[in-house]
Amino acid sequence: MKFLLLCLLSQILGRFNRARAAQLTLPHFVCQTPLFMPVGTQGTIKGLTNNELERIGCQIILGNTYHLALRPTFELLEEAGGLHNFMNWPRAMLTDSGGFQMVSLLHLADITEEGVTFQSPVDGKLMLLTPEESIHIHNRIRADIIMALDDVVKTTITGPRIKEAMYRTLRWIHRCIAAHRRPHDQNLFGIVQGGLDPVLKDICVKSLVDCNLPGYAIGGLAGGEDKDSFWRVVAQCTAALPEDKPRYVMGVGYPLDIVVCSALGADMYDCVYPTRTTCFGTALIPERVLKLKHRAMADDTQPIDPTCPCMVCKNYIRTYIHCLVTKDAMGSQLLSSHNLYYMMRLSRNLHTSIVEGRFPKFVCDFLQTMFPKGDVLEWVCNAMEVAGIDISSCCAPFPSCQENYSSDEIGTNRFDKVNAYFGSSMYTRESFYSTR
Amino acid sequence: MKFAVKKALSSSGARVGVLEVGSCPAPIETPALLLATRKGLPHFISPELLPSLPSPDSNLLQVSPLHFLEGLSTTTISKIGGLHQMLGLKQHGIAAVPRDSIQCLPESKAATRLGASFETPCGRLLIKPKDYIEMISCMKPNIWASLADEVPAWVSEKRNKTSVDRTLRWLDDCISLYPAAGSIFGAIVGGTSLEERKRCAEEVAKRNVSGYWIGGFGLGEGIDERPALLREVMDILPDEKPRLTCGLGLPEEILQGIAAGIDLFDSTYIYSLTLGGFALTFSLDKSGEQHNLQSDQIGSDSTKINLRATAYRKDMSPILENCTCYTCQNHTKAYINHLLNVHEMLAQTLLEIHNTHHYLRFFHVIRAAIQDGSFEEFRQAFLESRREHFKGEAIST
Repeated sequence: MKFLLLCLLSQILGRFNRARAAQLTLPHFVCQTPLFMPVGTQGTIKGLTNNELERIGCQIILGNTYHLALRPTFELLEEAGGLHNFMNWPRAMLTDSGGFQMVSLLHLADITEEGVTFQSPVDGKLMLLTPEESIHIHNRIRADIIMALDDVVKTTITGPRIKEAMYRTLRWIHRCIAAHRRPHDQNLFGIVQGGLDPVLKDICVKSLVDCNLPGYAIGGLAGGEDKDSFWRVVAQCTAALPEDKPRYVMGVGYPLDIVVCSALGADMYDCVYPTRTTCFGTALIPERVLKLKHRAMADDTQPIDPTCPCMVCKNYIRTYIHCLVTKDAMGSQLLSSHNLYYMMRLSRNLHTSIVEGRFPKFVCDFLQTMFPKGDVLEWVCNAMEVAGIDISSCCAPFPSCQENYSSDEIGTNRFDKVNAYFGSSMYTRESFYSTR
Repeated sequence: MKFAVKKALSSSGARVGVLEVGSCPAPIETPALLLATRKGLPHFISPELLPSLPSPDSNLLQVSPLHFLEGLSTTTISKIGGLHQMLGLKQHGIAAVPRDSIQCLPESKAATRLGASFETPCGRLLIKPKDYIEMISCMKPNIWASLADEVPAWVSEKRNKTSVDRTLRWLDDCISLYPAAGSIFGAIVGGTSLEERKRCAEEVAKRNVSGYWIGGFGLGEGIDERPALLREVMDILPDEKPRLTCGLGLPEEILQGIAAGIDLFDSTYIYSLTLGGFALTFSLDKSGEQHNLQSDQIGSDSTKINLRATAYRKDMSPILENCTCYTCQNHTKAYINHLLNVHEMLAQTLLEIHNTHHYLRFFHVIRAAIQDGSFEEFRQAFLESRREHFKGEAIST
C-alpha cells in the first residue's frame, strides 16, 4: 500500500463525549472545526467578494470539479496555477468529485466499473469520468482537500444496487489513491457509502479506515431520507471512524442538523441551503427561519436577527430587506452575507463552546430558542441521548419528546415534514440537494 | 448644504467648485458624479465595498424616491429617521431625483396638470406635488429636485410650453409645502426650444432655491442641439448656485455639460456598461489624449472592453494595469470572463466597482484640467483622439 504523506494536521482542542473541537491545519489555512463550508460551485459564492467572505469568517470553500471542468475547464485552471490563484482565494478549498452532480442532475448517466459515462450539458458530447480522471482533475485544480470519486446512489433506492455501489466505491478508492499525484499538498478524503444499511456502512467504514486516508466523509445522506435514519447513520459512522481524522458529513445542512451531527462527533459540513434559500427571501435566524418576502415584514423595523453582529443586521432592518428580496440583486447579496455569517457564527460557537467546556449548555440554549414551546423533534431527542447530552431542560414535560404537529401538517411525503418544519411549501428534494 | 465656486474659466462655462453636504466626511469637489442607485444602494456594489472607492468623490448618491413605492411605506422610512438611517449610509450625501433613467422614466403622455407621470416597476404612477413632498419629508435627503414635467424632444410646441408652466407651478407648490428637509433644486425644463428653456430658467432663478436641476435631457435631443440649450439656461442662472443634471452619461456628454457649467451629474452609463459586460479602459492621461497602449485589444474600441469576448478567456492580467480599484487589485480578466459565462452575480459587482472607480478618476482628471486652465485643450484632445480612433476602427473593419 502506498505510504500517504499527510498535509493535514488535526489537533483536538476539546471534547464533550462524542463531540470534538479541533484545529485543522491545511496547506492554505488553519481551520477550526466544527466547520461549515460554503459552496462556491463555479468558483464564486453568490455575489460575495473574497474579502467579504473572509470577513464573514469562511475558512474552506467548496468548488465542484464537474462544473469547473465544463467552465472554465481544468486546463485553464491548471494554466492559472490552480483554483486558488484563479479566484484569488487565500484560504482553504475543497473540491468535490462531481459524482453526485452527474447522477442527480443528468438523466443520461451510465455507471460501470470503469467510471461514469455522462452527456456533457455544454456540448452534448459523451464523456467518461473514471476515478483516475477525476483525481487528475482535482490535481490540476489544486484544492487542499479532494473527494474521491464514489458510486453515488439516491438514498431512496433499495435493493442490491446499494451493495453494488458500496463495493464499487471501495474498489474506486484504491484507484483514486493510486492515481493521486499530489499527496504532499492535497488531502484525499474517502467517502463512506452504503445507503442507510448499517451492515454495508460498517463494511465500508472499516475498509476505508484501512486505507489510512487523511480524512473521511459520510456520503449518501442529504437525499431526503427520514431524519431518524439520518442521525443513526451519522452516529454509526462517527463511532467507527478514527478519532484523529476529520469527519465530513456531505450535503448537511440545516443548522439543527449541524448541531446534532456535531454532538455525534462530526466535524465538517457543506450545503447550498444558506445561499440558495436567499432566492426565496429566507433568512436564517436562531428561531429557525425568517421569510422576508412575507407581507408582515413590510413594517418590521427590527434587524433580521437582533442578536447577530453581521454587517447586514447592524445596518439594515427587515422592512428594507423585504423590499429588496426576490426583486433586486442587492437583496440576494445582503441576505447571502447574513446567512453565511449565521452559519460561520454557528460553527464558531460550536467550536468555542466545546473548547470552553460548555457544549451541553450551548445545545440546550440553541434548542430552546428554536423550540420555545419545548416541542423538540423526536429524532433530535433520540440523537442527543446517544450523544450523551441532557436536553431535558428544553423539552416540554411530556412522557417522551413528541413531534408536536397537527394532523394537517404531517404529510405523507417525507418532504412535507421538512416543509412544515421550515414553514415553507417550496422545497422539494431536487431543489434542495441537487447541486453541491 | 453649502456650495462655492473655486475657479471659473473665462473661455468656457467650466468651473471647479466645492460642495459641503451635511453627512459627508469631507467637502466634495465639483464637477462630480453621483452614483446611481436602486432603492438607495448601488445595483451591485455591496455597502462593505463602497469605502474602497475614492472618497469623498464616491460619497454622493442619486436616489429615486419612486423606488420605495414598491413595498416600503413612507411612514416606515419616517419612523426610522430617513434614508440615511435606513440605508446605513450616514456618511453619504443623498440627492433625491424622481427620474432614474433606468426604471423610473417620465411618461409625458400620461402627465396631467395635477402631477407628473412615471413608468415604474409598479406600473404607471401619477405623482402629485403633495405626494412627492410627503416622500421627501420622510426620506430626508440632503438635496432634492422639485417635481418636473419632462417631455421628449419630439413633442409639439404647445405641449412643451405646458410642461414649463406645470413645472413652474409644481416648483411653487413644493416650495410652499416646505418639507423642512434638505435643499431644494429648482427643476428647469423646456425641451429643445431655446425660448422655453430661457423662460423656465428666468422664472426658476427668481425663486428661492439652493440650486438647479436641469431636466429634459437624454430624452431624444441630439447631442449637437444640447450646447445651445445649455448655454441659454446657464447664461441666466446665477453662478454661485450648483447645477445638477441627469440624462448625460457618455464621456463626451459629460465634457459637454461641464463646458456649459454643470457641476453635478447623475448618470446611468456605468450601469449600462456593467450589464453589458463592459469595463472602461479609456486613458486618464492629463492631456486628454486617447491613443492609449491598449488599442490592440480585440473586441474593444480602446475606450472599453467587453469581458464576454473569448479573447479574455485566458487573460490573467487585470482590466487595467495601474488601476487601484478592488477589482483590478484582486482579479483578472479571465476570472471575470468565467463569471460572465456562468452567469454569476459577482461579475456585475466587480465590473461596477471598476467602472465607477474609473469614471470617478475621469472626473478627477477633468477637475485638475480646469484648475490649471487647460480644460478646453483637454476636451478637444479627448474628443478628437477618440473620434480618430473610432474612424480608424471603422475603416479597418
